[in-house]
Amino acid sequence: MTQNPNLNLWLIPLLPLAGAALNGLFGARFPKRMVTAIAWIFPGLAFLQALWITSKFSGLGLPYIESHGAWVQISSFTVDFGFYLDQLSLVMLLVVTGVGFLIHIYSAGYMWEEGGYYRFFAYLNLFMFFMLMLILANNYLLMFVGWEGVGLASYLLIGFYFLKHSASQAGKKAFIVNRIGDFAFLLGMFLLIKTFGAASGTEVNPVGAVNVLDFTHIFSSIAGHPEMFAIGTAGSLTLTIIAFCMMFGATGKSAQIPLYTWLPDAMEGPTPVSALIHAATMVTAGIYMVARSSIIFDHAPAAQAAVAVIGAVTAIFAASIGITQFDIKRVLAYSTVSQLGYMFMACGVAAYSAAIFHLMTHAFFKALLFLSAGAVIHSLHHEQDMRNMGGLRKKLPITFAVMLVGTIAIAGIPPFAGFFSKDEILWKAYSSPHGHWALWLIGIITALMTSFYMFRMLFMTFLGERREAAHGHEEDGHGHDHHEIHESPWVMLAPLVILAALSIVGGWYWKPAVFSGENKFDAFLSPVFEHKAEPAAHMPAGGAPQTGAVESHDETALAVPSHAAPNGAGEHGNEELEHQLAYLSVAIALMGLGLAYLLYVRRPELPARIAESLGGSYKAVYNKYYVDEAYQAAVVDPIVDGSTDVLWKGMDVGVIDGAVNGAGTSAKFLSDRLRRMQSGNIRSYAVWVALGAAAVLAYMIYMGVQ
Amino acid sequence: MNPTTNEIQSIAILPELILSVAGIVVMLADPFLGAKSNRRPLGYLALAGTVAALFATAMQRSSPGASYFRVIQVDDFSVFFHFVIIAITAVVTLSSLDYLEQQRIRAGEYYALLLFGTVGMCLMTSARELLMLFIALEISSIATYVLAGFRLRSAASAESSLKYFLLGSFATAFFLYGVALIYGATGTTNIPAIAAKLAEGSTTGLTVMALALMIVGMAFKISAAPFHVWTPDVYEGAPIPVVALMSTGPKAAAFALMLRVLFGAFGSLNEWWMPLIWVAAVLSMTLGNIGALMQNNVKRMLAYSSIAHAGYVLVAFAAQKEAGVSAAIFYTATYAAMNVGAFAVASYQAGEGERYVSIDDFAGLGRRSPVLATTLTIFMLSLIGIPLTGGFFAKFYVFKAALASDMIWLTVIGVANSAIAAYYYLRLIVVMYMKEGDESTPLLPVPVSVATGLLVAAGLTLYLGILPESTLDFAIKGARQLLLIH
Repeated sequence: MTQNPNLNLWLIPLLPLAGAALNGLFGARFPKRMVTAIAWIFPGLAFLQALWITSKFSGLGLPYIESHGAWVQISSFTVDFGFYLDQLSLVMLLVVTGVGFLIHIYSAGYMWEEGGYYRFFAYLNLFMFFMLMLILANNYLLMFVGWEGVGLASYLLIGFYFLKHSASQAGKKAFIVNRIGDFAFLLGMFLLIKTFGAASGTEVNPVGAVNVLDFTHIFSSIAGHPEMFAIGTAGSLTLTIIAFCMMFGATGKSAQIPLYTWLPDAMEGPTPVSALIHAATMVTAGIYMVARSSIIFDHAPAAQAAVAVIGAVTAIFAASIGITQFDIKRVLAYSTVSQLGYMFMACGVAAYSAAIFHLMTHAFFKALLFLSAGAVIHSLHHEQDMRNMGGLRKKLPITFAVMLVGTIAIAGIPPFAGFFSKDEILWKAYSSPHGHWALWLIGIITALMTSFYMFRMLFMTFLGERREAAHGHEEDGHGHDHHEIHESPWVMLAPLVILAALSIVGGWYWKPAVFSGENKFDAFLSPVFEHKAEPAAHMPAGGAPQTGAVESHDETALAVPSHAAPNGAGEHGNEELEHQLAYLSVAIALMGLGLAYLLYVRRPELPARIAESLGGSYKAVYNKYYVDEAYQAAVVDPIVDGSTDVLWKGMDVGVIDGAVNGAGTSAKFLSDRLRRMQSGNIRSYAVWVALGAAAVLAYMIYMGVQ
Repeated sequence: MNPTTNEIQSIAILPELILSVAGIVVMLADPFLGAKSNRRPLGYLALAGTVAALFATAMQRSSPGASYFRVIQVDDFSVFFHFVIIAITAVVTLSSLDYLEQQRIRAGEYYALLLFGTVGMCLMTSARELLMLFIALEISSIATYVLAGFRLRSAASAESSLKYFLLGSFATAFFLYGVALIYGATGTTNIPAIAAKLAEGSTTGLTVMALALMIVGMAFKISAAPFHVWTPDVYEGAPIPVVALMSTGPKAAAFALMLRVLFGAFGSLNEWWMPLIWVAAVLSMTLGNIGALMQNNVKRMLAYSSIAHAGYVLVAFAAQKEAGVSAAIFYTATYAAMNVGAFAVASYQAGEGERYVSIDDFAGLGRRSPVLATTLTIFMLSLIGIPLTGGFFAKFYVFKAALASDMIWLTVIGVANSAIAAYYYLRLIVVMYMKEGDESTPLLPVPVSVATGLLVAAGLTLYLGILPESTLDFAIKGARQLLLIH
């Protein structure tokens, strides 16, 4: 057991909270530069602390747990206010604070002219606080606080342009769709309490631990009782139900089928928000949660398979929509949904390291893509339709260069970052014991689509001739014309350049086994996902015992599926195949590039004709398969109609509702009301009460007879 | 801690005594104020009465026990509810001061009725004798019937008062009939004595009929479905501060009464009443939430919301045992804080003649009055059940308790309901911040009294969400004592 130094993890989330509080309370009175300084410094300090922790990381006993006493303590149920750091949370921490800090810098340039500048940064810092709580929490309840909090911050930021009706609608939609997912997460949490909160002295809880929602308690309880939770037992069934609840919760936050519909609409928010929340960080919370709960999913094969299938289907489904969209941000939004699908699929085949690897590289290149799209939109004075762009390469050379990097990275062309992570996922989808060739096939087709629509976006925006909307911006009274299109200020370009560099080299250090003989990223993360039996003891605060690096499995762990087998022996025989598949995926990516070049640069008249010849099926895809409409008809309308017709018109008989504005006390209203009152309203209510009473009595008699 | 039982112990009813005296003083002082002068000083007098009563309640903690010939029971349970109810009255008084001026209602008896009603509610939580409980229920009800009609120039208010009175008396009649039957069955109206009788003897038709009738009366008072139909109409017409009171104070008292009757007197018959509570919980949550979706009037929206919240509390009833009872107690307190707060905002924003009570009237409130908008946002988030607000913890404990008692479907339905509910509360936040009202509408400065009330309510809402522990402890002790006596 190592004595861990005090890392003061609590400071990391609290720093951005302090920034949010300062700007939120006094920002209106601060000069803009001061607001900017506050908004940069606090997340910046959090990032520095994350770097400092990284430098100390190799000497830590993991997981490092920092408890600040009980947050809630009632009889046999305690929730700590505590933090949890292991390899997984370190990666998340670096991504969130690092990419988050860059986006804060960029935002100062992007939002400089907008009203509510201080408010924007207060929300942005608030978001950072909740996101860091989510990834550092040491128990599910505290994680849930962050989980709901990021939803709230996201809601505030999507609706930031609140004068736009569509923006406030989109914010509301995002919040409510996420609530539906959260409902499942909560149920899962209650089931965890029920399962692992057993009384002291019982088998799952021999020492009477009361921190039943602590990760350490739950994970070690499962690992310590392989016979209780072995697949096929009642314990495994319970875990399967819990895993399904968590999976459904994750589909909300990480925008997977069936709850993905909010993410494309969330593009109504300012572009830096799309980059930070709806690409790099918040939407990955679902992936993080599934990876964090990997031991539960490993004991729930049905849920695991469902995760894989949902991920694969979402990936290809969203990619196909991405091909048809013209709004530059919506293309990126569907691409995000699709890439999250890859990560989900990787979790589903128990390739958690690959999922987290892709999560990280995706954070780099997708933040880059969103921010450079933002730079384009900024330069064009809020033009987002790619049909009105084109030929911007000369005007925006730097933006073009970094966006090209991002596009190559996401398309999966080596040696850029996206290639390594995507290829790792595809390989695991095929080779993992939980994988299937069909998953791989869907993945590779999605890769073709991804490459195609991303280069389509790049070409439509930057190559060819500048196309103008019928009502160009020259005529809208602002007096801007082509000549004023210029590069964004350096405060915006600098983060782009850094992210571009990361998008190139981000995959190098952690090259998959096939290219360097060792997969350092996997080796680094795998201790988190290997579940060995440990004494089911309550962790002392501050220090923590933990497993060493990779050890061979002992027999108690045999009940656990063997996905965690080190990347050694078993896979050497497949090296040949892995190489071939990797070449194939490069070829596929280049094919997408070529196709996009042919259709959007050489023969730009073709796409319209193709669309025309496809007719109805193109229209269906262009209209996003009418999923929004279907939800409206199948879910929203019945509830609204039920509320209106049955309850409002039916049971609230004779009450004029809502018409009681302003002139509500007019004579007509009065007489109306009196007439209704005399027409037996009270009597009808009395009848309700009497009927209810009769029902209660009838029930009692029925019970008595039995 | 001597277990005194029969003596006259004025400490046992000291809060009630103080409130009654304050009410009488208000009545006596009223004529001395000129007919045209405003009644603000009387409000301060009432406020002083509530503060003194809170102190008296705090003193009660050190002298628990039964007194007045086993009619009054002082324990953590009663003390907890006394705190909640008297605090509600204090905040309602604070928000009434400016409301009454706005509506040009000059009537000192308003404050006196508020105090007398509170006396009734307080007694409902400490009496352990059915007849005393009935009298307390009537004291509180009659005061609220009158208060509901206080917007003298509004027909809607008169209608509200009349409806509440007629239907309310109908319901209390059920309760009284139940009391009569249980007396017939057991020969006593003392709750522990009834419990003892029921535990030893077999269940007769008379006892279950008594149980059924009492449940009907109590379900009406907490506006649980299907006895909720009166709620939206009555809330819509009554003055907003009175609605703030009605939707929390008498409800908290009725929940206390229901806990005492069901777990105290009829604890041994829980297999009989459990399914009823289960059904009522599901109906209340679902009908309340779906009904609230389409409302455009904030008062009606909150009326439906209160029906839904009664459903959540009933989930805790169904969960039973210490965990369930303490969850119900905690929920009642949290609900009181956030709901009184929400109505306090509405009552100030409504303006003269309560003209601005539709949701659209809240447009641009974020600009016109940051204080009102911020506090209302806190209350709405808490009503939704977002973490770090009391509403989240309250729901969390309720559903945790329900699942611990294997009420899986009830938990699923309840959690699903709390997901739907986000929609209509959020609407109000959206309108306040994300819709600009008429630019010409003037700013709405908030007077000190209203601001004080709001800060107390918002502070408590956040306190219960961030540091719920001590309150929960208190609730658990209360639950334990309630279950122990009987």
